[in-house]
Amino acid sequence: MSQISYVSKKVDGLKPSGIRRFFDLAAQMEDVISLGVGEPDFVTPWNFIEQSFHALEHGYTSYTENAGMIELRKEISTYLSKNYRLRYDPYDQVIVSVGASQAIDLALRAVIDPGDEVIVVEPSFVAYVPTVKLAGGTPVTIQTEAEDEFKLKPEQIEAAITPNTKAIMLCNPNNPTGTFLSKEELEQLAEMIEKHDLLVLSDEIYAELTYDEDYTSFPSITGMKERTILISGFSKAFAMTGWRLGYAAGPAQLIAAMVKIHQYTMMCAPTMAQHAALEALKNGRQSVNDMVESYKQRRNFIVSSLNEIRLKCPNPGGAFYAFPSVEATGLTSSEFAEQLLQEEHVAVVPGNVFGANGEGYIRCSYATSIKQLDEAMKRMKRFVEKRI
Amino acid sequence: MKEFEVELLKLIENNANLELDKIAKLMGKRIDEIQELIDKLEKKKVILGYSTLIDWAKVLDEEEVTAMVDVKVTPARGFGFDKVAERIYRFPEVKAVYLMSGAYDLSVSVKGKTMMEIGHFISEKLSTLDSVLSTTTHFVLKKYKHDGIILEDADEDDKRIVVSP
Ligand SMILES: Cc1ncc(COP(=O)(O)O)c(C=O)c1O
Repeated sequence: MSQISYVSKKVDGLKPSGIRRFFDLAAQMEDVISLGVGEPDFVTPWNFIEQSFHALEHGYTSYTENAGMIELRKEISTYLSKNYRLRYDPYDQVIVSVGASQAIDLALRAVIDPGDEVIVVEPSFVAYVPTVKLAGGTPVTIQTEAEDEFKLKPEQIEAAITPNTKAIMLCNPNNPTGTFLSKEELEQLAEMIEKHDLLVLSDEIYAELTYDEDYTSFPSITGMKERTILISGFSKAFAMTGWRLGYAAGPAQLIAAMVKIHQYTMMCAPTMAQHAALEALKNGRQSVNDMVESYKQRRNFIVSSLNEIRLKCPNPGGAFYAFPSVEATGLTSSEFAEQLLQEEHVAVVPGNVFGANGEGYIRCSYATSIKQLDEAMKRMKRFVEKRI
Repeated sequence: MKEFEVELLKLIENNANLELDKIAKLMGKRIDEIQELIDKLEKKKVILGYSTLIDWAKVLDEEEVTAMVDVKVTPARGFGFDKVAERIYRFPEVKAVYLMSGAYDLSVSVKGKTMMEIGHFISEKLSTLDSVLSTTTHFVLKKYKHDGIILEDADEDDKRIVVSP
């Protein structure tokens, strides 16, 4: 029988994730210390879990409204207003999604027509380019530069604009670089965005995890709210990755379009997770603050340790990733990551999987206990010393 | 109290064994700054001591019994409860003493090698104090959590997949 492939050209053409390959390597090995994990090491705070039990015990096991429970949308709206001085109407400007991942997918599918170009700033989260393609759009990547601390510059947007450009994906603070953009830097980008009439998908899932300066949410910049879909979720700051809960807020017309897709393809986000998220927003502040304090300490620790062992690393302003250069070792990102895994059983992610300019860098997640981080740094020191 | 002092205290409250250089790195300060700060906090008796939490139940031949004793007392004139409390907390067998609201006055935690030993201490030393009116003794059968730490937590290994986006 001939081997017909029934897989669509669109899917067939997607590159397999570089992360996946690395996962397969690391998963076979014992006593690996992993700095390769893009999620918190903290277990979800107990009161969120307990609230979810409570909801289940009381029979909340059915669908919710398509856009999410109105109580939760109201809490999200209050949260955004308290923390970022943003006003979104919970009835028609907020949607609860299955992780920020689904919110990204919904937003892209809601706005893209065939031929539309979406600017993706790299190195960045591995899902952006494939999601744009799956939505039928054409991703146009911009590579930020190490010497700019991987900060996007307005000229770079300008250079990427064509008559087909429709939207730009921004992520602040950024995965994998930890790069944090200040209010002034965002304002400069906003000017360019306004000039070219772009829609912005602003992925702010790491907004709570910033350590040195106050955070500015992109839609809070003058003139940007009308052209921005704000995307966030509970995975990172609330340590709820497995619950699969995120949200988007934006202009009513765009949110309505997203709800339309959502109602046909997903119905609603998991009900028990929505109850946990409600508790997270109502009574989770202390837990979040404690985790942020801990991440900040680990950031300080890993950045000074990496610099000591000559893996040059600027101080990342947010998220939980350090993105040091491996140039001193003479190895490529992949060589470094593979050899480090084989020899010292420490997993990091090669920077090139996040975009071309990630070559020469590795992503080290510091969402790991101090004890583990300390041991990982000792092993990496030994590894690097052999090569310098 | 300054923010970084609180940060330091929280770090060593969680782990009194944390080395100075690590504390310095975590807080983004120099080692000598941390040393100086610790000296100051010790001098001010903010830091009162460094102890290790040990699960003695795991140590062979080293049985230990804890009792929580509810004590009703007549407060001493001019000193309130403080004088009576002091008479009690001076005994080395006594690990904790709290003044309580409610049905009794002092909550006293007593440790000993056997129930007999504790019984002896209570009947001979504690209940015979002039100001003690009555005692009710509750023996601890099992410890689940102590000072914020869950004992026998078999469930704390990392459940995350090793590499993720
Ligand atoms: C930048 C960024 N956006 C979105 C996500 C997806 O998060 P969620 O778990 O909410 O789908 C991640 C997860 O790694 C991320 O790093």
